[in-house]
Amino acid sequence: MSTQLSLGRVARAVAAKDLRIEMRSRVVINQVFPFAGLVMVMFAFALDNDDVLTRVAGGLVWLATLFSLIIIIQRSFAVDTADGALEAQRVAGLDPAGIFIGKALAVMMQLVTLEVVLFLAAIVLYRVQLQSDGVVLLVTCVISATAGLSFVGTLYGGLTAGARGRETLLPLLMLPVVAPVLIGATRATESAFMSGGAAVSDGWPWVGVLVVFAAVFGLGGILSFGSLIEE
Amino acid sequence: MSTVVDFRDAVVVFNGFPALAEASIEVQQGEIVLLQGPNGAGKTTLLRACAGLLPIVRGEASVLGVDLCVDRQSVRPRVGLLGHANGLFADLTIGENVLFWAQMVGASNVEVAATLQRFGIDGRLSQQKVMQLSAGQKRRCALACLVVRRAELWLLDEPHAGLDASARDEIDAIIREACAAGATVLIASHELERARGLATRSVSVVAGRVVS
Amino acid sequence: MNVQTFNARVATPTTRLVGAMAIASMAWVVLGGLFVTPKDVDQGDAVRIMYVHVPTAWVAYLAFIVTAVASACWLLSRKHSMGFDRVAGASAEVGVIFMAMTLLSGSLWGRITWGAFWAWDPRLTTTAFLLVTYIGYLAVRGLGGSLEQRARRSAVIALLAVLEIPLVHFSVLLWRSLHQNASVLSGDGDIKMDGSMLTTLLVGVIGFTCTFAWLVMHRQRVLAMQDAMEMTQLDAALRERANESSRLK
Repeated sequence: MSTQLSLGRVARAVAAKDLRIEMRSRVVINQVFPFAGLVMVMFAFALDNDDVLTRVAGGLVWLATLFSLIIIIQRSFAVDTADGALEAQRVAGLDPAGIFIGKALAVMMQLVTLEVVLFLAAIVLYRVQLQSDGVVLLVTCVISATAGLSFVGTLYGGLTAGARGRETLLPLLMLPVVAPVLIGATRATESAFMSGGAAVSDGWPWVGVLVVFAAVFGLGGILSFGSLIEE
Repeated sequence: MSTVVDFRDAVVVFNGFPALAEASIEVQQGEIVLLQGPNGAGKTTLLRACAGLLPIVRGEASVLGVDLCVDRQSVRPRVGLLGHANGLFADLTIGENVLFWAQMVGASNVEVAATLQRFGIDGRLSQQKVMQLSAGQKRRCALACLVVRRAELWLLDEPHAGLDASARDEIDAIIREACAAGATVLIASHELERARGLATRSVSVVAGRVVS
Repeated sequence: MNVQTFNARVATPTTRLVGAMAIASMAWVVLGGLFVTPKDVDQGDAVRIMYVHVPTAWVAYLAFIVTAVASACWLLSRKHSMGFDRVAGASAEVGVIFMAMTLLSGSLWGRITWGAFWAWDPRLTTTAFLLVTYIGYLAVRGLGGSLEQRARRSAVIALLAVLEIPLVHFSVLLWRSLHQNASVLSGDGDIKMDGSMLTTLLVGVIGFTCTFAWLVMHRQRVLAMQDAMEMTQLDAALRERANESSRLK
């Protein structure tokens, strides 16, 4: 007789599995990180103005993150669908909410690492300056924005996993939904960098938006992930 | 002895096509039933329907006492399906793949080690990534995952496909052992000679129906 | 399960009545909008775009409310009646068309009155996102799979969109309020409306709503026929497979 599989255990095992696969294959480290860095350099070519770059650095970091999110999500579900492992997880009756939380956690870890690198790149390439009182705001903003992005990405990644035309369908579904994160995280980051004369205190309402967003889609994903991956 | 699979005039639609057309089959606990029949007859669909993956459009179907027309979820933890895909993570080692499923049911490390040994995939082999393995080793690893999950009903779709003679013998031994331990097995196979020797009973699947 | 039979007739008394009301009120809008109502003091003839723009926007939002409600009904109803799913799909299809018309007529009107096709106004931005979101919804409906799978997935997506749209609207609102240039749509650019203009606008709203209802009723009927045809084909396929199996036996 099988024991009932608890949500926490499923989530932990799924997250550990996804992170271990990434440590072995290094697809995100070796391909997505350089891609995101390249995007940052391309922005500099396109905008071609040091002052403008410093002013809009926050937005560029988050745009590069969004592009990378699409690839990371596709990779995250490709490891599950390549040999029918996602179906095996459904057959095994794993709690879909647990799979959702586990995969979202793994995506979150990868995204946060990527964002740290991108912010360092912004400091070097775009000459932004981070004062000590902006650090707390920036860290809070990164955590809440990343949570929201991971939840939405995992939700729509699960929906499109294995579907025909998933490469194009995922961005179409996902990008409109994460628009509030792009707006909110960019404004909060600009406040943390105090670019364009913004004050650090201006950023906190935006962190509120990001937290609400993450909570809404985290809950939405927990409730609906099973319906989305089910045949 | 209890009835494990009970389908009565079940219709299952796959891509608008009635892959299972009013099929009826009854399987008792401890049986090894061979499903034979040509490609496209509905063998795979029957196995996937038994796993609760596909909705029953018409008719009745119950597996392990659960009515699949009402509830396709609760039967799943008790069923193991080995389809054309092995359901393994290619970047993980054999040990890690088996451990992943063991964690889900709370199986101990001792149990995992014993299973790996029994399947001949322990020691150095268990440290190898799945992508480096031969087809036979992958199959054995996939079956080991079913064992640690303690599946009560095994649904095997072409378990011998692509394997050499010794690997096939190993698979057969594993299936017999599982059956002796109380599991029920449904096998779809084109290896009729071999599978007949293994099965306690064989039925034909013809044009979406089960014929004894 | 019995296959539903459909009359060869295309219309029912209800659709005829709604269709007639749509035609009558549309004729009124054309006459009233183009000839009877006066020019605006500031905008001149451009104000006449309003008689199309406002009703299409209303219908588009109405369509997405209908989709959301029908999706919730499908998820909550015990029988999971496919009728709810078909109404949700039909309404979203019509809604996307009307939303595109809203954006088109709005940007033309904007070009004439503000000199720009587009402004980053919260209402405009939300509307554009709504359009993209529902195009995505229709793409999810087209993913394939069983009828039940289509209904379940698209119902979830429709309800997630209901969560998403207020978040988009609120974040754009907060974003724009931080900037100096206030919304072009708010403020004292309001049109002074006399009786004939108000009446024409009201009739326009009624006319476009009737058109919407008429289209959705027919569209969901076509969808029902498609589903029924699949069931008929299934019966035929079952008979064929039965023959096949008895022949092979």
